Amino acid sequence: MDRLKLATVWLGGCSGCHMSFLDLDEFLIDLAGKVDVVYSPVIDVKEYPDGVDVCLVEGAVCNRDNLEQLHKVRRRTRVLISFGDCAVTGNVSAIRNQLGPGNSENVLQCAYIDNAQNGPRLPRAEGIVPELLERVRPLHEIVHVDAYLPGCPPSSERIRALLERVLAGLPLKLEGEQLKFG
Amino acid sequence: MDLDDLNTIAEKERAFHKKTVIRCCTAAGCMSSHADAVKAGLEKAVRDTGLGDRVEVRGVGCMRLCCQGPLVGVEPGGILYEKVTPEDAPSLVASTEGAPTKVARGNPDHPFFRKQMSIVLANSGEIDPERIESYIEAEGYRGLNTVLLEMAPKDAVDCVIKSGLRGRGGAGYPTGLKWATVAKTPAAQKYVVCNADEGDPGAFMDRSVLESDPHSVLEGMAIAGYAVGASQGFIYVRAEYPLAIKRLQTAIRQAKQIGLLGSGIFESPFNFNIDIRIGAGAYVCGEETALMASIEGKRGTPRPRPPFPAESGLWGCPTLINNVETLANIPPIIRKGADWYAAIGTGKSKGTKVFALAGKIANTGLIEVPMGTPLRQIVEEMGGGAPDGAKIKAVQTGGPSGGCIPAHELDTPVDYESLTRLGSIMGSGGMIVMDESTRMPEVARYFMEFCMDESCGKCVPCRAGTVQMHRLLDKIVQREATAGDLSTLEELCDMVRNTSLCGLGQNAPNPVVSTLRFFRDEYLELLRKEPNGEPAVTAGAAPAQNKEAS
Amino acid sequence: MAAKTLTIDGKEVSAQEGATILDAASDAGIKIPTLCHLEGVYDIGSCRLCLVEVTGVAKLLPSCTTHVSEGMDVHTDSERLRKYRRMTLELLFAERNHVCSVCVSNNNCELQALAWQHGMDHVRYDYCFPKWGMDATHPLFGMDHNRCILCTRCVRVCWHIEGAGTKNVAGRGAKSTIIDDLHQPWGESDTCTSCGKCVIACPTGALFSRGSTVGEMVRDRSTLEFIVNAREKKQWIV
Repeated sequence: MDRLKLATVWLGGCSGCHMSFLDLDEFLIDLAGKVDVVYSPVIDVKEYPDGVDVCLVEGAVCNRDNLEQLHKVRRRTRVLISFGDCAVTGNVSAIRNQLGPGNSENVLQCAYIDNAQNGPRLPRAEGIVPELLERVRPLHEIVHVDAYLPGCPPSSERIRALLERVLAGLPLKLEGEQLKFG
Repeated sequence: MDLDDLNTIAEKERAFHKKTVIRCCTAAGCMSSHADAVKAGLEKAVRDTGLGDRVEVRGVGCMRLCCQGPLVGVEPGGILYEKVTPEDAPSLVASTEGAPTKVARGNPDHPFFRKQMSIVLANSGEIDPERIESYIEAEGYRGLNTVLLEMAPKDAVDCVIKSGLRGRGGAGYPTGLKWATVAKTPAAQKYVVCNADEGDPGAFMDRSVLESDPHSVLEGMAIAGYAVGASQGFIYVRAEYPLAIKRLQTAIRQAKQIGLLGSGIFESPFNFNIDIRIGAGAYVCGEETALMASIEGKRGTPRPRPPFPAESGLWGCPTLINNVETLANIPPIIRKGADWYAAIGTGKSKGTKVFALAGKIANTGLIEVPMGTPLRQIVEEMGGGAPDGAKIKAVQTGGPSGGCIPAHELDTPVDYESLTRLGSIMGSGGMIVMDESTRMPEVARYFMEFCMDESCGKCVPCRAGTVQMHRLLDKIVQREATAGDLSTLEELCDMVRNTSLCGLGQNAPNPVVSTLRFFRDEYLELLRKEPNGEPAVTAGAAPAQNKEAS
Repeated sequence: MAAKTLTIDGKEVSAQEGATILDAASDAGIKIPTLCHLEGVYDIGSCRLCLVEVTGVAKLLPSCTTHVSEGMDVHTDSERLRKYRRMTLELLFAERNHVCSVCVSNNNCELQALAWQHGMDHVRYDYCFPKWGMDATHPLFGMDHNRCILCTRCVRVCWHIEGAGTKNVAGRGAKSTIIDDLHQPWGESDTCTSCGKCVIACPTGALFSRGSTVGEMVRDRSTLEFIVNAREKKQWIV
């Protein structure tokens, strides 16, 4: 039987979920024995491949790049897992939504002009700096999501619990305190 | 004050009448098209022509065909003039002496008038609502006299039970049973409350009764007070009805002046006072527990029942709460007897019901018909169908808590059970007619927006659920929704209906559920499609080729 | 007072006349989820989480305000109730801005706990992201309206335990909000005694002691219980 093709993706989040993933410690070794990691911020692959079995997607959908990436991931992946609170709820990434329509301009103004120490300037570079979306959204508002792995970040125990279910072919549903946000 | 005094007042009033009576509608509908100026014009014309000894101008309550207002009626002759302007006044007055007039005449023999049966509206359009003498002339306060002098409280309750009268405010609870519960609950202090917080969009029955015949409500309350053992009444009326409030204040003052309210009414030991409480515009204050909280000076939010107001109401005292129309039915029931009333209507729905016809219908206005009248007779025959030959698509009854009855069910008799069977309710009597140009998901969205704005915010399903249902309906109307969104909406309808604290939330899904029941195609038509024509699954993309690993 | 016998989830239970279903269940060790309920103040039945099924009654009844009766057959944990409870919680999360990860009550929050207890792995409704402010004018406490679920526990303890009547509700529907006095900054309230009972009562991170940061807002309800026991049962020493 082919080894499971696993991918992880980092959208609009702080990468804390990936840090927690790396905290899997020796389980990473077990995992490496059972799956092929075909795409991830921690490996050097530029293009998301076809035929991925399972993908952990960290972060909310904040910009056009995230949106296109998510659609591509969905098309090329069998099981898509919302990985962490930003992916599941929008979390901190989505706080700017409270500012209402036009919030993306406010956010840029605040980050790159008002609080800039040197050379305040809006980052505008066609094709390089992705355009912010009007509204930050959790993954399931945009594509079908197969399983949810909440937490900010999800503890490595929680990640391991879900991955073990993936490997065992069990339904991908966490229970009890494993579902706690925050 | 006794019966003889009443008769004397009535005779005096009769003697005062002139040969010709010009009745001019002074209810809110006609007032909004300057009926007050018409009435002033008529009075001036009578003075100018010196016809004062032969012609009398009387301001009266609603003459029903609101869309043709201001309305003026002339007796003898049974003539009805429509859309009268102040400039028409001299010509109208001259016509009473035989001169021709070009003022448009209505047809009093139209089914709109002929098929009505007036009990609640009997005095409406006939008597002057600002003069108690006018009400007394029309048999007013005779019912109270009979009850106080000839009946024990229990007899009065029994009479109402026997009449089969059910609450006209919406739910249709048997009025007599409610009275009996309050009467049986022992307490030193009890209250009678008149719920005049009519708030359904398109409903103006209670407003018309209050503006046209306020004394009938006062008399009904006093009779109720005697029957259940209460000495204090409150009328909770919304601030949006300033004319109704003014006429109620006048009526209460007049009734007190001649001893028909106050202490020792008709020289019996019965005391009864009525005060007005003005609502500040919250729809939910029509819900009885919220209404009581508001009267007590608290935030108007509903509380769980039991305890029901009949056991523990205002300030913890047993409280009888009846709607305006219910109370206006009481004096005629007492005067003419329970059997007379019970003979009108259907098996379980007795008497008449007032409806406010509005929307895409030729004759908008007020009608009063016996219970069990087929909907088709009301909207097609009496209402004259949709204007400009359009086809009627549905009739919305019961306001935001009601439902839409499709055209193919128009032969349904209008009674409590039949409307419930169709997923709607009798409600307070608003009837909004829709023609083929009406899009049902938009209707549902409108009513949901109403419920969302009017939710008091106390319980979660109503406060937050209506917001989500409104979002989903908006998404559907904007053609952005998926089949999944529609099922989320239906699931929310079920949840909000079953978990909300009061009737507002419990019934808020009704317009959605009933339009989905009869017009589901219209919703499906609006769902977003994939480029290949398949219904969309998720908001953004990715058809469901990817199923779960297990 | 007469005792009543009833069945809750198949278990025979006896309770005093006048007790609520919630009291009877909790005496019998059956946990019914609650959010607006708070020991010591009267119940208002507004969160709808404690709704239960009673055989022979068509409507669901709030167990916090429904009194026990003889022979009652109560079901507290049917599939339908679980479904409604999860939906109620999702509606609450979607309604305001509940960001657990940066909340003072993270890991000590009743809303957060109820969510995982009811298997809420995500919220199916669109988040509303309303714009709500925060009141940090009081020298000791703060109020973040983004995290408020309008349970009115704070209002009830303020009026009925402290007797100050500072807290109240203004507005309607989703725009309802907890206010101080006549809707003025909390710090300018004439009536607030700074007793902190509202902060103790709050189930989420809406009310907090100033200076607490993420996850630091731990509430000790024993103070409230002590006062209520002293007042109602004349028990001065707990």
